Amino acid sequence: MNTPIADTTPITGGAPLEHRSPRAPLPAARRQGQLAAAARRYAIVVLCLCIAALLLSPLALLALDARWSEIQHVLLRSRSALLLRHTVLLTLLVAVLAASLGVACAWCTERTRLPARRLWTVLLVLPVAIPDDVVGYAWHSAFPSMSGLAAATLVMTLGTYPLVYLPVAAALRRADPAMQDTAHSLGAGHLKTFYRVSLPLIRTAIVGGCVLVALTTISEYGTFEIVRYQTFTTEIFTEFQLNGRAAAALSMPLVCLALLVLAVDGIVPSRAATRTAPTRKPTRAQLGWIAVPLLAGLVAILTLAIGFPVGTVVYWMAQSQHTTLPAAATLGQASWNSLIYSLLGASAAVVLALPVALIAFRRSTSLRLNLQRSTYIPLALPGVVVALSLVYFATHYAFGLYQTSALVIVAYAIMHFPLALVCIRASVAQAPARLADVGQSLGRGPASVFLRVTLPLLAPGLLAGFCLVFLFAVTELTATLLLAPIGVQTLATQFWAYQSEVAYGAAAPYALAIIALAAVPAAVLALWFGRDQGPQPQLAPL
Amino acid sequence: MSEIDLKALAKRFGDTPVLADIDLSVPTGSITAVLGASGSGKTTLLRLIAGFERLDRGTISIGGTVMDDGQRSVRPQHRGVGYVPQDGALFPHLTVSGNIGFGLARRERSSVSELLDLVGLSGLEHRYPHQLSGGQQQRVALARALAIQPSVVLLDEPFSSLDASLRAELGRDVAHILAASATTTVLVTHDQDEALALSDQVAVLCEGRVLASSDPRSLYRDPPDLDAARSIGEANVLAAVIHNQVATCALGTVALRLNGRARADGPAQLLLRPEQIALHPQPNGTAVQANVVELRYHGHEAIAQLRLDHSAHETVLVRVPGELVLAPGQEVWVAASGPAHAWRSP
Repeated sequence: MNTPIADTTPITGGAPLEHRSPRAPLPAARRQGQLAAAARRYAIVVLCLCIAALLLSPLALLALDARWSEIQHVLLRSRSALLLRHTVLLTLLVAVLAASLGVACAWCTERTRLPARRLWTVLLVLPVAIPDDVVGYAWHSAFPSMSGLAAATLVMTLGTYPLVYLPVAAALRRADPAMQDTAHSLGAGHLKTFYRVSLPLIRTAIVGGCVLVALTTISEYGTFEIVRYQTFTTEIFTEFQLNGRAAAALSMPLVCLALLVLAVDGIVPSRAATRTAPTRKPTRAQLGWIAVPLLAGLVAILTLAIGFPVGTVVYWMAQSQHTTLPAAATLGQASWNSLIYSLLGASAAVVLALPVALIAFRRSTSLRLNLQRSTYIPLALPGVVVALSLVYFATHYAFGLYQTSALVIVAYAIMHFPLALVCIRASVAQAPARLADVGQSLGRGPASVFLRVTLPLLAPGLLAGFCLVFLFAVTELTATLLLAPIGVQTLATQFWAYQSEVAYGAAAPYALAIIALAAVPAAVLALWFGRDQGPQPQLAPL
Repeated sequence: MSEIDLKALAKRFGDTPVLADIDLSVPTGSITAVLGASGSGKTTLLRLIAGFERLDRGTISIGGTVMDDGQRSVRPQHRGVGYVPQDGALFPHLTVSGNIGFGLARRERSSVSELLDLVGLSGLEHRYPHQLSGGQQQRVALARALAIQPSVVLLDEPFSSLDASLRAELGRDVAHILAASATTTVLVTHDQDEALALSDQVAVLCEGRVLASSDPRSLYRDPPDLDAARSIGEANVLAAVIHNQVATCALGTVALRLNGRARADGPAQLLLRPEQIALHPQPNGTAVQANVVELRYHGHEAIAQLRLDHSAHETVLVRVPGELVLAPGQEVWVAASGPAHAWRSP
């Protein structure tokens, strides 16, 4: 059917027609309409500003707490130089070793035809489910001579390498094999291809993992106390029991150090690939006899990281008299407390992270992006610092909150917020605004579209974020020790209390319970990171 | 009635004007193709009609109801506009029937199987989008948009990601389905052939303005200006002088298409489509001598680029049968066959 042109409105770009709609609203109504539209548009920004304020409040409280004279006093001691050297040296060592171990393991599971590959991808992640202080306790109780830098490095490397392994394996799985093929076709050999193409492709993932490893090491307390290696965090803890002000002052350089580490991630450029999804799966190397030493290596890693600590814990339990073991009721109560705190903390972190992850859903202005970036800063706030600032807040402004469980949950939510955000942000890419638009044009309201389209697509990311926060919360010791109400024991604090008294047998069941609680979310995470499709999660934020 | 009326429509993103002074009307039940290069504002135009973006100025009305006048805007979910985005944008977590039934109330879900029949996908109800081919995904997206019985359907480059043979076939199918349901349709595309073949009206969009809009035949034959002529098909534009309703140009005298209006004498620009110039291997009557510059072979036909002998820089394109072999530099003779379209020289 041909429409005669005469029927249509003349189509010239000439003078604009002064058109007045019959339904043109009055100016007042118009202003109201615009106000409502602006309110809708900026509601999420305001909400996220509040969340960011909550997340950054520990920094402000710390600045209030620490007096300049006190900072000068504690920092100009010669001991501070020693602590700084210890902390930096250990952090560097652990970061490098964990990165090497993580990349090597990722290469084995993603680029070779390893027997039982799927199983390895889960097993290699499980060491994160074992608290570092439990590993330290296992080594130290088996070999009391093990202490100092070497022991600290060993324990932290074994406990943190999965933080590199997870993102690197995901990056390797999604790296476009065409790039390596192209490098080969341009005459580059295997080694040159690895250094000039493959490694740069996974660099963002490696750096992100390393940053997380370094921050974990900086804020670790229990392990270093056990293997008797002094860092800033252990010193802050000791000072806190003597002089609260000095602890706050000591936290300053610790936070600066951690912020510096976090900034490393922002400096390393990450360029997006022009093609995001590889069309072909990467080829896996056929392993001949090499499989034997590779498998032996992986078995050795898992033996050291999982087998040895779990074995030691079981050994101490078997050795103990029936009377030295805790009553089932005590153990049950501590498990319940740990479970509830971690569940609530993880839920709070996920609920807070959801609007921040969605802030750039439709509009990505620099205001919105910078606001989102600022919420990664808690990653650089060690647990002891967050706990100290909350203690300061409660004792000065809200005494009713002091020594309540609410404070523990708030601390968990603040400390682990960035981990939840990382996972949810990765899944926002799976639920683009286009899909929500289509849902609306099909006659559904925004709320219905959010529930039926956006939320189901975000669900895997929400679950992963929840698991990650739960995992970190259930193994958390430092903040829990400082904040848990008097008389309330969690698995981590009860384990810590018994092992401090060298009651290895009594501590063992608590360690085992933590591992059991943490293993489930760790396995879920391994499966989420191990998917072939979907967004590539970056543990690193900026 | 569901005609779409766009009046003096304008839209900026920040400081960048995207659309300016768009006037367009799409009659009820017809298909209008909006043709434009990427970045010309095509998708923004569709998103404005669908209600995903708000207008800065102007009005959009559908079926006589104002949808957006720059101040108040009807929400997308209340417009009854079916929208089919570029890559289908199927909900990945829903099956084919879940996608098609998304906009339907629970008791209306029985119509899903009819819709599947309509788009020729019966039996695939329980597949997930990633288990479908590109063409099948587009069909599901269309069925999903038609499910809410929209008065208007908007198609955003629906076939651009498909290969050529599938594109033509699916295009015809979609045009038939839409014609059968008498839905008013806006199809956005950058493909001239698609625009000419599928639509009742073509609007040429360039840098946020509508250069021309009319039915495909008149747009091809009598474009309102030079830019519109070049945006659809190959165009030879030759300087000419009009005298007594006949144009004289480098190819001799050519009759004018007058459409009932007399042309004033004076200098003009003459539009000759490549098929309006005949090529002769031997001297033939009033034919003008020319040299072959190159031959672009397309199988069933070929386009020869010729340099007219007496002007060193002016070349013309001529459509010739595919089997004709011409060597660069070869001498040929060309003659124009009117009637041709002409504009006054600026």
